[in-house]
This record gives sequence, C-alpha cells and structure tokens, in this order.
Amino acid sequence: MSEEGDIILSELDDEELVQQMFDDLYDGLKEEIEEGVNILLERNWAPYDVLTKALVGGMTIVGADFRDGILFVPEVLLAANAMKGGMFILKPLLAETGAPRVGKMVIGTVKGDIHDIGKNLVGMMMEGAGFEVVDLGINNSVDAYLEALEKEDADILGMSALLTTTMPYMKVVIDTMIEQGIRENYIVLVGGAPLNEEFGKAIGADAYCRDAAVAVETAKEWVARKHNSANA
Amino acid sequence: MSLSDTQLASEGLPLTSKQGKILIIACGALAREIIDLKQANGWTHMDLTCLPANYHLFPDKITDAVRQSVAKHRHDYDDIFIAYADCGTGGLLQAACAELGVQMIAGPHCYSFFEGNDRFAETSADEITTFYLTDFLVRQFDAFVIKPMGLDRHPELRDMYFGNYEKLVYQAQTDDPALTQKAQTCAERLGLAFERRYTGYGDLKTALKQL
Repeated sequence: MSEEGDIILSELDDEELVQQMFDDLYDGLKEEIEEGVNILLERNWAPYDVLTKALVGGMTIVGADFRDGILFVPEVLLAANAMKGGMFILKPLLAETGAPRVGKMVIGTVKGDIHDIGKNLVGMMMEGAGFEVVDLGINNSVDAYLEALEKEDADILGMSALLTTTMPYMKVVIDTMIEQGIRENYIVLVGGAPLNEEFGKAIGADAYCRDAAVAVETAKEWVARKHNSANA
Repeated sequence: MSLSDTQLASEGLPLTSKQGKILIIACGALAREIIDLKQANGWTHMDLTCLPANYHLFPDKITDAVRQSVAKHRHDYDDIFIAYADCGTGGLLQAACAELGVQMIAGPHCYSFFEGNDRFAETSADEITTFYLTDFLVRQFDAFVIKPMGLDRHPELRDMYFGNYEKLVYQAQTDDPALTQKAQTCAERLGLAFERRYTGYGDLKTALKQL
C-alpha cells in the first residue's frame, strides 16, 4: 500500500509520467523506471518512443550533470542500472517493431584491462541512440576486435581503457588495421579515464570521446559524414 | 614530525623551511615513505612538499598542480624532482616535466614503482584481475575507495566496480600487523581474495637515492 504523498505513476498523464521518469532515472530508481516503461507501453507508445523520449531523455540530463560536475560516478551508475531495467523490457520489442538503426558498433575494453563501467555506459547510450551494439566485453586482443568488425559488418569500432599501461594497446589495434588495409572502412572511437584528445590523435583514432554522451554525438556525426561521402 | 593522513589526502604537505638544495614535489600518498627514507639515509640535501593525495582521484589535476608548484619553488632550489609516476595523466605529466626540465619517477603508478617497475611490467599481464593497495591506501581506504565510489551509500554497486576483479594485493611498504589486518578486511569488504606482498619502497628509494 502506498503512503500518503507517494506518486502513483499510473495516475499521471503521459507528459507528467515522462517527467517523473526523468526524475526517477536521475535518482536511480530501477523498479519505478520499469513500471513507467510498462505503463507507457500499455498506453500504446511505440517502444522506440519510450526509449528515446523517456529513457534517453532522462539519461541525457544525467550525462549533462555528470559532465558539469553535479553528479558523480556512483549516481551515474545507479541511473544506468535503472535505464538497464527499462532497456531489458524494451529490447525484444524494439527488435520486433523494426526501430530505426543508425549504425552498428563493436565495442570492447582492450587487452590487459578488465574495467568495463565506461564501456557499458557508452554501449547503453549508443543503443538508446539507435545504434546496434556488439559488446565484446573486457580484455580484447587485436584479433578479437578485427574478427568482430568483419563478422558483424560494423561501422564503428569503440575501444576503452582505464589504465595508462593498457591504453597503448589501442595503437596496436589501429596499426594492425592500417597494415591490413581496413582502417578506412571503420570509424574508430576511443575513450577511458587516462586518455585525452592528444592521445586519440597520436594513435590515429578518429576521435577521443570524454564521456558516453560525447561518444553518441561523435558517432552520429561520423556516421552521417561517412554516409554523405559515400553518397557524394 | 606529526603527519595526518587526512591532511595529506586533502591538503598535501606544505614546505615548512628551506634547508636542502633539492626539492621533492611529491604526491601526499608518498609523504611518510619519503620522510622515512630521508631520515633513514640522512638525505638532508632534500626538502619535501606534497600535493594533496586525493588528486589520485582526479588525475587531470596533477599536471597543472605540479606545474604551479615547480613555478613557485624553482628559484629557491638547485634542482626539483617530481615524486609522481604517470599516475593516470596519460603522459601529460611526463611531457610537462620534460618541458620544465625536471625529472620524475619512471613507471605508470606507485603500485608499479613500489614493486619495482621491471618486475611489475613482467608480472602485471598475469595479474589483470588484481586490485592493489599500498600502506597509505589501506590507511585511507574509506576516503579513497569506499566513499568516492559511493559504496558507503550504495553497497549494491560493489560488483559493478569489482565484479571483474579476483584478488586484492596489499603491497606493504612496512611490516605492520595492524595494517595487514586492515588490508585483509578491505579485501573482504570488496569480496576479493587477499595477498600481502612486501615491497618496501622499491624504485622510490632507487629514484631518490640518485639525487
């Protein structure tokens, strides 16, 4: 039984509910997000609209406040966990309803590195933005990346590293792509705490992405550029 | 000298008086170790000042802070040595030191130079699921691990952070049974196996000895 003053999500109109879901996502309330997603679906919202208007809209606010130093990693993780709950409901429905696909990304943490929080956030935000994401997990060799890129016919390679000692492996992967003559076939995005713009340029990546929101915007921009040049 | 870990974490260690010819600008997490080495070896030609150890949590602050400290003190000393390794600066600290004409400790981080950079480089590939703590980090475990990761408020996040780790290695700089006990408790709190590995001061001593 709800206490007096509790918000009953099902009693809110659509606009109020989406606004409340933004707040619940911000506060990392997974069960409330799952309930909100189910209510919107029952109201015949398209799964893609629930994803973009409610979940991604909310995570965009979380991302902006993280960037501005208002929110910190623990809060972002809780929000991401809440979004994951919503995504779990939506994912099979998105596949059934043929939601638009912006592009396909293969993503993974580099060899020698087991850190996956940043990578997971990027993967989730990319999915939210309409990209198909193939997550290779942690500790990936150059062969694992290249096999996946070919097998999945991907547009984008995303590499993540948290350690100063493992980030140089990104160059090994890019150099191998150059040797094999396939570098120009893919957009290469890199990220991770010890990386910076200079490092991204030095190793020959297309872009360094400082956070998940930047990764999404950069990926969209590069995919559009690639399509434009292909059509020119 | 009375040192407070809390103060070393948040404020660092100010330079009290100029006595030596060489200034060591160090991470606050190394203050006790460097003071111990100075006293044990009679290195009176060195003075020490430390930047806040909590820059460990915000590595992007380290390079600028080192630059400012070098600029502040360089006219008072014959030489300045930076007692930091790369420490998550992604090569920016090394580049700044080269530009400023000062030396720093080789290696990626203190876990590496305490163990000895060569040995760490040989073994680290087999230890990618290892989480390291030093004496300082064991003493300051709550301030440097639990609180910044939000585990005090949200213990359910533990496996998101540490789910891929298997073992906690306590790199002991000193023989302190109480600290070892605390390190073991840290491992239990993170759900990791525990190993104590005595390192002493490793390459920190080697680097300072050459000055």
